Amino acid sequence: MSFLGKLSIDAIPFHEPILVFTMGAIAIGGIALFALITKYKKWGILWTEWITSVDHKRLGIMYILLALVMLFRGFSDAIMMRSQLALATSGAPGYLPPEHYDQIFTAHGVIMIIFMAMPFMVGLMNIILPLQIGARDVAFPFLNNLSFWLTASGAILINMSLVFGEFAKTGWVAYPPLSELTFSPGVGVDYYIWALQISGLGTLLTSVNFLVTVLKMRAPGMTLMKMPIFTWTCTWANILIAASFPILTALLTMLTLDRYLGFHFFTNDGGGNAMMYINLFWAWGHPEVYILVLPAFGIFSEIISTFTSKRLFGYTSMVYASGAISILGFIVWLHHFFTMGSSANVNSFFGMATMVIAVPTGVKLFNWLFTIYRGRLQMTVPVMWTLGFMVTFTVGGMTGVLLAIPGADYVLHNSLFLIAHFHNTIIGGAVFGYLAGFSFWFPKAMGFKLNERWGKGAFWCWIVGFFFAFMPLYVLGFLGMTRRLNHTNNPDWNIWLYIAMVGAVIIMFGIICQVIQLYVSFRDREALDDKTGDPWNGHTLEWATSSPPQSYNFAEIPHIDDIDAWTDMKEKGQVYQTKASYEPIHMPKNTTAGVFMGITLTAFCFAMIWHIWWLAIVGLVGGIAVFIQRCYSKDVDFYVQPQEILATEKAHNLSASKGINA
Amino acid sequence: MSTVSAQIDTKAVSHEHHEHHDTSGDTIFGFWLYLMTDCLLFASFFATYAVLFMNTAGGVSGKDIFELDFVAVETAALLISSITFGFAMIAAQRQKKGWTLNWLLITFCLGASFIAMELYEFTHLIEHGNGPQGSAFLSSFFALVGLHGLHVTAGLIWMTVMMIEVARRGLGNATVTRLSCLSLFWHFLDIVWICVFTVVYLMGAM
Repeated sequence: MSFLGKLSIDAIPFHEPILVFTMGAIAIGGIALFALITKYKKWGILWTEWITSVDHKRLGIMYILLALVMLFRGFSDAIMMRSQLALATSGAPGYLPPEHYDQIFTAHGVIMIIFMAMPFMVGLMNIILPLQIGARDVAFPFLNNLSFWLTASGAILINMSLVFGEFAKTGWVAYPPLSELTFSPGVGVDYYIWALQISGLGTLLTSVNFLVTVLKMRAPGMTLMKMPIFTWTCTWANILIAASFPILTALLTMLTLDRYLGFHFFTNDGGGNAMMYINLFWAWGHPEVYILVLPAFGIFSEIISTFTSKRLFGYTSMVYASGAISILGFIVWLHHFFTMGSSANVNSFFGMATMVIAVPTGVKLFNWLFTIYRGRLQMTVPVMWTLGFMVTFTVGGMTGVLLAIPGADYVLHNSLFLIAHFHNTIIGGAVFGYLAGFSFWFPKAMGFKLNERWGKGAFWCWIVGFFFAFMPLYVLGFLGMTRRLNHTNNPDWNIWLYIAMVGAVIIMFGIICQVIQLYVSFRDREALDDKTGDPWNGHTLEWATSSPPQSYNFAEIPHIDDIDAWTDMKEKGQVYQTKASYEPIHMPKNTTAGVFMGITLTAFCFAMIWHIWWLAIVGLVGGIAVFIQRCYSKDVDFYVQPQEILATEKAHNLSASKGINA
Repeated sequence: MSTVSAQIDTKAVSHEHHEHHDTSGDTIFGFWLYLMTDCLLFASFFATYAVLFMNTAGGVSGKDIFELDFVAVETAALLISSITFGFAMIAAQRQKKGWTLNWLLITFCLGASFIAMELYEFTHLIEHGNGPQGSAFLSSFFALVGLHGLHVTAGLIWMTVMMIEVARRGLGNATVTRLSCLSLFWHFLDIVWICVFTVVYLMGAM
């Protein structure tokens, strides 16, 4: 075995013009970014204030930045697939050869779920959840930083596959025996395994961290049933993560053993059972979609109650409905493979369990409607996303109930009907939710509001584009078109494929609107400045802080008497009061350990992918050494001094009272 | 509206040092939560073993390869190490540094003999052509037992680090908290092993 294992110059795909173009674009973009940071001398601040930060708000922003970058990557994949399918009709080959096309649909799925939706959700949770419960940080701030870098490592690995070697051609589920060494001898599946393994570890640590934060660090007076609804839905999601991600870890380990050491878990020979993989995969994968959507439900709830200036209707039922969805989400996994051929009774059980989930979800929908009823709904951008969600998600939910009927599923399994269904729920549910939360909480995180006009433009392009892109897929599913086709030869399908292509282009305009919106808002940040820290007359504690919040969040931890704690405090006149003196606040120091562990473990994973054994050992031992070193570092915390707190609080309260008078 | 209820006196109640909440309690609770996720990792491997243990592909089954006497000694070593760790914790709570170190050393030796016996069993099986590549049964057996063994090995490394810490820094709050986490980990592995012993060895050899 050579020094670089299987890696050689042949691994870089110079023969693929599209990839060479992409690599060139990444290189130029990277150099430009590097030059800009150097020119404005921002390397120091980037390192000390962001990369090594343990501040949950900054980590949240970095998560969302990662999610947006990966959204571009995932969407590029999407528009390539749609244009390929629009060109490759009536027997034409299109422009993407099958081996490249297969990598694209695999990468699209993995990126959008694991590296776009998850970081977006975790990012919003990071910024908002500790603020909502009146905490100064999460329970384990260093672990939070480490989780981010593990997630980022996964994203880096998946992007490295563009340049070195290839990505998996198996679909985002990587079912064996296709994903076994016999049928996928390249490094693609190994990239898949290690990218998911390392980011999955990060997600698992995040869930443990936030569960401890929520259960142990709530402000005095905040009982569980006084927690803001977003905190509740995130908590359910964290319970689901803690309960399901170990299954992913286990199954990826088994696939690794099969591929690296010749085990027989899922192989065709030696008594292996591929269906075991598929069961385990969905025992993780189904809860995963609820992990994505539950926090989005929380975001919609916060937005609807804020912009109707009303209490959320049915708070208690909302909490229990989320819990019911979480528990039911664990007993439906088999509906992903009714066609496995279990007995009719087994299929009926899972079919009915699936349909039952529509009940708590319906409870939520009615709660939102009743909140709006007789409220004064302000048509802001977050509200538009919410209303768009309520329409879109309902369609997706109904097609889901349709697919839950095993008999119907036998016809529609693996057809484009399924593709339309899950995009309908994930885009219309989770992504709309995150984008709603993004515009809702943007002023809190960044200190200025987003431009409304471009935000509305983005919304309309997204929702119109969505319906154009995905409703034709329902039709194509009924017409018998299966998923993952590289080219088609059925004239009846052509028109629908063209319409879907148009839809993808409209969504692209939505994304362009969002980029312009960010630019315009940053340009006009003086005018859009959020002086009060409470731009929407919010209900929960995150709006009690300045925008962006003080590093310590709360100079004095408030006492909570109500679910809508901030509204309650405003009504009692307990806000914006500077005290004569403050006590010093104990805060964690930034640390380099997280990013160094990220680097060493990325090296470990990359070495495992390419069989560079010496580097694998160095990476793994290095990562563990950094961790132990961090454990014994004594320089981990400091006190914010009273004078500094006093000055910060005075400035905030002065600015807030000015903002209110204006 | 704003002045009516401003009189409510929450200040007096909330002025205690709640910013210095009990972090060692948080750490132990957090570690316990992590252990529960670890438990699910084992559960996945148990489930896989349960599905695959009859898939011997014409090769050996549990009856042919398990030596209960040998495994009984192995099990005894691990179970006793749980008791000795308990003594180490009692000594640590009483701030007796010397005894803590002694009991930790005994625990370490018992854990190391467990691992040595397991390694012997594995090499013995591989030498006789019954390695994990033999069949799905052997794959899932080696993976489940090996996963437990890896955990014990990690525990031994952790214990070494802790012994150095106790020797150098004594038994401060942070150190006792870490020892408590390791103690949770060690007892947890004991419980998992009881399940392995029952499900894999006893039920396999019967």
